[in-house]
Amino acid sequence: MDSVRYDGERRGHRVPIALKILVAGGFGAGKTTLVSALSEVRPLQTEEILTGAGIGTDDISGVETKSTTTVAMDFGRITINDDLQLYLFGTPGQDRFWFLWDELAFGALGAVVLADTRRLADCFPSIDYFEQRGIPFVVGVNCFDDARRFSLEAVRRALDLDPDVPMVLCDARDRQSGKTVLISLVEHVARQRGEPVSTA
Amino acid sequence: MRTDLSEPRHEWLDDDAGPVVRPYTLTGGRVRPSADGVDLVAYVLAQPDPDLAAYPELHPEHRLLVELAGSGTPVVELAADLDLAVGVVRVLLGDLLVRGLVAVHQPPRATYLPDNDILKAVVDGLRAL
Repeated sequence: MDSVRYDGERRGHRVPIALKILVAGGFGAGKTTLVSALSEVRPLQTEEILTGAGIGTDDISGVETKSTTTVAMDFGRITINDDLQLYLFGTPGQDRFWFLWDELAFGALGAVVLADTRRLADCFPSIDYFEQRGIPFVVGVNCFDDARRFSLEAVRRALDLDPDVPMVLCDARDRQSGKTVLISLVEHVARQRGEPVSTA
Repeated sequence: MRTDLSEPRHEWLDDDAGPVVRPYTLTGGRVRPSADGVDLVAYVLAQPDPDLAAYPELHPEHRLLVELAGSGTPVVELAADLDLAVGVVRVLLGDLLVRGLVAVHQPPRATYLPDNDILKAVVDGLRAL
């Protein structure tokens, strides 16, 4: 479509670049908490419609007979500078909403998979998803107060992670801790491209 | 009358799903937006001084969209501000696009970012937060 532009400039009005980062993990792993801790605005919520009516139809016929519902997505924003914004999206927790992940993941910079050591297996599907699609990700091991502490190496073995996937201990409630996870993700993306960001 | 028992239960509908909605009333039943494929973080930018009076067929939500997009706003924020599902916003955006009232700027796909400067800026920016 002509009116959909791909350039970043129009009549001198600069349009910022928005980068998407996904926050995934099992139910209760702290996705919404992490997005809240990092977002500069109160985390926002939007909805996507779940409907079978969207396929190949452009009129009202049939729509009235379809049951339609929505699934909520949490998102937050971090403004890096005038030209650059990060958008964090918490992925819908349930497996059956995974088709929404494809929309979220399209063009995404990368993902944070939050792991809860009490329910480690809950993050396997997220790890599989990003591995299969070649989307760079890091694993944030969310340190819940009542969880036994495991060494990162033990968690890495349990998750059968590639050695180059960074793992970070984190507290999803803490902004500084969340920042560390995001930084390790961006550095990982840069390393994967063979252009490491200097760690100065 | 317990009509609900006679209807087959929809697989999506349970306590974990949201409320049942009729989101397409606003779109005149259209579910396939001409703005299909517009990214969640694509920036929508309204034309300067749009002449909305020339389009009496537009809904109040269309007009709000144009207003909110005055300084450039990502699709997902428009949806949150209007409290509308993203799919509905895409249909409304399609209406505005064909009338030339807004332009949509798709984000660059992260995999094609031209150089490392952007990643470095992100790391520096995060460190400085």
